[in-house]
Parts: sequence; C-alpha cells; structure tokens
Amino acid sequence: MKSLLKNVQPLSLQLSLLVLGSIFLMFADRYQWSYLGIARSHLLALVYPVQYLVDLPVRAGQWLLVTASSHAQLINERNKFYAENLHLQATLQKFEALENENARLRQLLGSSKKTGEKTQVAEVLAVELDSLDPSKRKILIDKGEQDKICLNQPVIDAYGIVGQVTRLGSFTSVVTLITDPSHELPVQVVRTGLRSIAKGEGVVNRLSLLYLSNTGLNMGIKVGDLIVTSGSGGHFPKDYPVGTVVEINPDIGTPHAQVQAIPRSALERNREVLLVWTEEQMTAETCEKSRETLLTH
Amino acid sequence: MSVERHHGGWIIVLSFVVSFMLAIMPLPGWATLWRPDWVALVLIYWCIAIPQRVGIVTGWLVGLTSDVLNETLLGQQALSLCLIAYISVKLHRRIRLFPLWQQAVGVLVLITLDQLLIAWIRGIQGQPLVDGSFIYPALTSMLLWPWVFILLRDLRRFYQVF
Repeated sequence: MKSLLKNVQPLSLQLSLLVLGSIFLMFADRYQWSYLGIARSHLLALVYPVQYLVDLPVRAGQWLLVTASSHAQLINERNKFYAENLHLQATLQKFEALENENARLRQLLGSSKKTGEKTQVAEVLAVELDSLDPSKRKILIDKGEQDKICLNQPVIDAYGIVGQVTRLGSFTSVVTLITDPSHELPVQVVRTGLRSIAKGEGVVNRLSLLYLSNTGLNMGIKVGDLIVTSGSGGHFPKDYPVGTVVEINPDIGTPHAQVQAIPRSALERNREVLLVWTEEQMTAETCEKSRETLLTH
Repeated sequence: MSVERHHGGWIIVLSFVVSFMLAIMPLPGWATLWRPDWVALVLIYWCIAIPQRVGIVTGWLVGLTSDVLNETLLGQQALSLCLIAYISVKLHRRIRLFPLWQQAVGVLVLITLDQLLIAWIRGIQGQPLVDGSFIYPALTSMLLWPWVFILLRDLRRFYQVF
C-alpha cells in the first residue's frame, strides 16, 4: 500500500518533466537547432526497418508482376521501348548539334558555358508522411547520406521539377514536393522571361505564382504559358520545366494578382524520381563546399 | 522477481511496430482523414493492462518515434501521447471495470483530446484547422477499440505479458 502511495507523486513529476521536454524539443525543431537536425537524421535511419516493412508488399507486388508476366507481353514491351529509344536517340542527335552551336555562340559572346548535370535514379517508398497533416506534401526516397546526397538537393522526374531533399537519413531521405505549403521556388515564364516565385498550396497539383502585379499581367503572362526554374537562389538548376499556367485572376484589392499553375511533373504518382547534381556540386568534395560554390555563382 | 517482471516484452514492442506500420501505410485519398490513431489505441491498451511497465515514458518515446515517422515537429506527438498515457495510467483501475462499449467512449474522448492538442500545435505553427476533420480518427478509433482490446488481451494472456 505504501509503495502504491509513493508512486503517485513521481508520476505527475515525470509528466511535467516530459511535457517540458517535448515543448523544448518543439521549439528547438521549429527554430532549426542544428544538433537536433543531426539527431533527427539518425532517428530517421533508426525507423527505416518500419518504413521498409510497409513498402515491402508494394515491392513484392511489382516483382510478382514482372515474374508472372508472359513472354509475349515482355517482347511487346521490349519492342515498344526499342522504338521509343530510337525516337529519343534521333531527337538527341539534333540536341547535341544544338548544344555545340550554343556553346560556340556563348564563347563568341564571352559568357560562361552552361554546365552539365549528373542524375541518379531514386525509388519512392510507398510510405505516407502526411497522415497527420493532409496539407503536407512530402515523399520518402530510398537514397540517403551513404549515396552522397546533399541537403536541399533538387529532385526531378521525366517531366519537370519534383522538389528538394529536406531531411537526410543514412538510408532514406525526405523530399518536400513543390506543392508543399512551405516550399517556394524561383521561376520564370519561358515566353517573356517574367520572374516570379512558385509557392505550394498544400493541395494536389496546384502552385500559386507570387508577386505578379495586376498591371503587368497583360504583358508578361497568359494562360497556357510554360514556367521553368529561373536558377536564382542557387538551389535549383536553371531552365527545368515547373508547370503550366492555368488561371489568372487580377485581384483589385491587393497589389498582386492571383495566378495558378499546374505542375508538369507527376508529383504524387511517381514511383521513381531523379536526383540532380550540377557540375560544381560533382567536383566539390562535400555538401557544404558545393553549397558554397553554388552561392557564389 | 526481476525476471518475472520482464516477461513478454517483445509482444509489446511488436504491437507498437505493427501500429507504426498501420499508421504510415498508404491509403486512398478519402480514407486518410478517417485513419484510426493506431499508435494511441495500442498505447492506451498497454497503459490500462500493465501500467507498472508501460507508462508515460513509454508513451513519450513512442510519440517521438511517431514524430520521426510522420515527419512532424519533433515532440508534437510525444507531448500528446504522454498526456494520453498519463490519463490512462491514472484511471486504469476504473477503465478496466467498464464494459467494452463504455471503454470505447472513453477512448473516443482520449483520442479527441489527442487530436485537438495536435491541431492546436499546428495552429501555433501557422497551419490552423479549417474544419472538424480532427474528430474522424477519434470516431474510427472508437469503433475499432473493442477488436483491438480483445486481440491484445488474448495476445497478452497467451504470451503471459505482465
């Protein structure tokens, strides 16, 4: 009986300590205390088994699909890919010639040569990261620190920009999509060169373009325009497609118009994405160094 | 004595791992809002069944893991789950005596509290709640409580976790 009574006091004491601890952690995480970031990436590596187990059935399903598909089906697919490859090769020939010409012209103008980029394929794990907060848009990929990925590294797919790496674990990392409400991306309209910021709205397949003045609408932008990354800010390589403008509403109440765009990339439907390294990043030895060179450019 | 007091710990760990898996399992769009709070359900069960082993510290650690898995602010679910654990441990003698449906109503209240706390923390971060969708997980959790309770109770008896 005595031990029972003795237990009462420490419990509420423990509780208040833990509550204070969690409040401290939340503040530290909110204001991005660097030690906590490191601890979080280790914790992310620690929970990898759980994420792997959740992803396993999907992986097994894909494997089964490949093994169980018939001979004729595979030949069909192979023929299709062969034709597609030929087509792509043909376009690439022209592209190479154009690239050479471009380099020569740039040399004549005396401006610096555009750098090449390296890419690596990463698989998206079938794990939900936004189960608590439906407005959050994040995905988990199966490449981490051991694959020499850096924080803030851009991620693309076959159609355009997907997002950037925002948390790095040893085996996995978290990619914030461009539609996440916390994500902002410097962009440019291809047709006119008008610059803006594409901000996520927390909704599937919607971006809003910020800071476009009501009066400038007639000149610079119209529905159907393609927007690409402008390369300012330094995190994203220049001239990758981002989205298409679908809606323009002049807002008389505010100095800025409301412009909406649909992302080009298949954000939530991807099973594979590509990680991009620019040439400076490839030559730099560490992530920190590569960021420095990026910022000076 | 100490050997007896640490019997069948792997069942507890396993149940939490399964609840984590269920919590991050991809669901179709309409179902995500209705996803039951599996982790809280399992935590409430163990707090009621063996409060001398699973208590607020366990709840806090489980919450931290959950935060890392869900990529939320570190400490957000740690806070709400340790509060849930505290209430469950405090009231475990009373809750044990309730019939299952009354327990389920208790679970509804606890998980609504948990969700409200999370919504509140999100509001402080500048992402305020716009509708009453925070109540949906609590409702599905209430409906699932009797099954979770019976399953975990049978597991506990079979493997003699105490």
